[in-house]
Amino acid sequence: MASIAASEPALTFAPRRRSRARALVRTCRSKPIGVAAGAVCLLLVLIAIGADQLAPHAPDATKFPRMHAPSREYPLGTDNLFRDIYSRVLIGSRISLGIGFGSVAIGTLMGTLLGLVAGYFRGWPDMIVSRALDVILGFPPLVLALFILSIFKTDKGFSAASFMWMSFAIGLIITPTTARIVRGSVLGIRSLQYIEAAEAVGSAPSRIILRHVLPNVMAPIIVIASIQIGNAILAEAALSFIGVGISDDSHPSWGKMLQDTRAQWQAAWWLSVMPGAAISAAVLSFNLFGDALRDILDPRLRSS
Amino acid sequence: MSQYIARRLMLSVGVLFIISVAVFTAVRLQPGDVCKIVLATPDADEQQCRAIRDELGLDEPAAVQYLRYMGGLFVGDWGTGYISRRAVRDEITERIPLTIELTLLSTAFALAIAIPIGVISAVRQDGWLDYLLRLVTIGWLSIPGFWLGTMLVIFPAKWWGYSPPVGYTEFWHDPLKNLEQLYLPAFALGLGLSASLARVTRSAMLEVLRQDFVRTARAKGLNERLVVVRHGLKNAMIPVVTLFGLQFGVLLGGTVVLESIFALPGLGTLILGAVLSKDYPQVQGVVLFFAAVLVTINLLVDISYAWFDPRIRYA
Repeated sequence: MASIAASEPALTFAPRRRSRARALVRTCRSKPIGVAAGAVCLLLVLIAIGADQLAPHAPDATKFPRMHAPSREYPLGTDNLFRDIYSRVLIGSRISLGIGFGSVAIGTLMGTLLGLVAGYFRGWPDMIVSRALDVILGFPPLVLALFILSIFKTDKGFSAASFMWMSFAIGLIITPTTARIVRGSVLGIRSLQYIEAAEAVGSAPSRIILRHVLPNVMAPIIVIASIQIGNAILAEAALSFIGVGISDDSHPSWGKMLQDTRAQWQAAWWLSVMPGAAISAAVLSFNLFGDALRDILDPRLRSS
Repeated sequence: MSQYIARRLMLSVGVLFIISVAVFTAVRLQPGDVCKIVLATPDADEQQCRAIRDELGLDEPAAVQYLRYMGGLFVGDWGTGYISRRAVRDEITERIPLTIELTLLSTAFALAIAIPIGVISAVRQDGWLDYLLRLVTIGWLSIPGFWLGTMLVIFPAKWWGYSPPVGYTEFWHDPLKNLEQLYLPAFALGLGLSASLARVTRSAMLEVLRQDFVRTARAKGLNERLVVVRHGLKNAMIPVVTLFGLQFGVLLGGTVVLESIFALPGLGTLILGAVLSKDYPQVQGVVLFFAAVLVTINLLVDISYAWFDPRIRYA
């Protein structure tokens, strides 16, 4: 008995694992752009994590020449406030990507929760969730974020509270899209036989949702989250640029860097191009990565 | 159909009611003393504060304040700005034309860029032109509109000494000058939207071009251009219109950023200024106005969707 039980998994899983690895290699070959974009995303995350070690200077050190063009000493130049742009772009990835990920995490969590409840229970919970989403969609996204930040983010500088409020404000914008997609997927699964079977053996709804429904809607959730990261980074940059973001010299974000130097762009091209390129590169690689992920995991979402 | 419209209309009114309560409550949750904002001094004395709270009716129960405010909205009294000291209604109505014109112009730009690209991409599916156009549109998606807008102000000025006239001239006053002031922000705003519109146009066109009636049209020897435009594009417009409706809020939000870059006195700069100076009656007024516009647009899109495609059940 024991020997059979031990040998059985080896028999069934070994070939499967190999074919899965082969499938991964095949996918990588068919999606070279997506793989490259994914590598850039990973690199950006690593930069954000190790920014303190990588940056040659402190982001708020002001001991440099003013608006020095990019050179060997200052790879991306210096800004109008005597600071090294290279160090600031590196450190800036923390706030920009941090809020990008934070807001998508919050938005995905709320959206998944609402979508699961609405799709699984239908009836009045669905009704309430749908109206709540209509309320969020009733605001222009940027105006909603602006409104929330103006009231709740009392801390202008960098702090846990201001970081959370930024992430929440942008996460709230993201929520309806995630919730609608999750709800749609759950409605499709809800009527399948194995859910009926789980209900028939008397499983509690919470157990069915967590064990049977959620694992089967993970693919669209991952896809939509990865696609939204780029938008979240753009939203953070726009909010920082118009002056409602985190404003802290030792914790810059790319959008804030652009706002700081805005009056001097005409005099020195690197002031606008460097942080702008950082934003575009990050958004582009997350978008391309998300697109590839969607094609692999959930081709049905392609038109959205 | 009329029953469906009535039902949708009631839902929209309900949503607007919840929005108004939420906005009203959120504004009253703001930390900090109102009288300090109104008097613009951190150490206002108690007597002045009491007078101001009395004047603004802040000591009454929240429900009474809400009803008074909502009642005011319907008779044209939208409150008075703390800082601006002007009627919120006048400020909003003054600025509506500019924001409407900006959104219309950027819509025009977005469609003019997106539809040809989407159609060409679909007709030349998987050719090099298709790949190029898809790459270009995904690139646009990653350029921040505010960055592009600012670059469009600065670099023509630097290289060619050209800058559009500052400020805002009414269209009826001097149409050419008015358009010259608005085309750059409208372009920056429209370009971002055009990327997603082009992608939807492409995929909708691909779907339509595979249908039987397109094959029939080709089989009877119709000119290819007519097949693509009259039979293809016309039927591919529904998803494009739907996406446009969904993206309209993004467009409205984008006006906030671009109006502030180009120093245009529209609703966007109004709300941004109000937020930065903590002028809450103004914030509340403009946010509610935006929400009313957007909920109405969403309603119209839903109804038009059912109108365009009769297969949609009015349930």
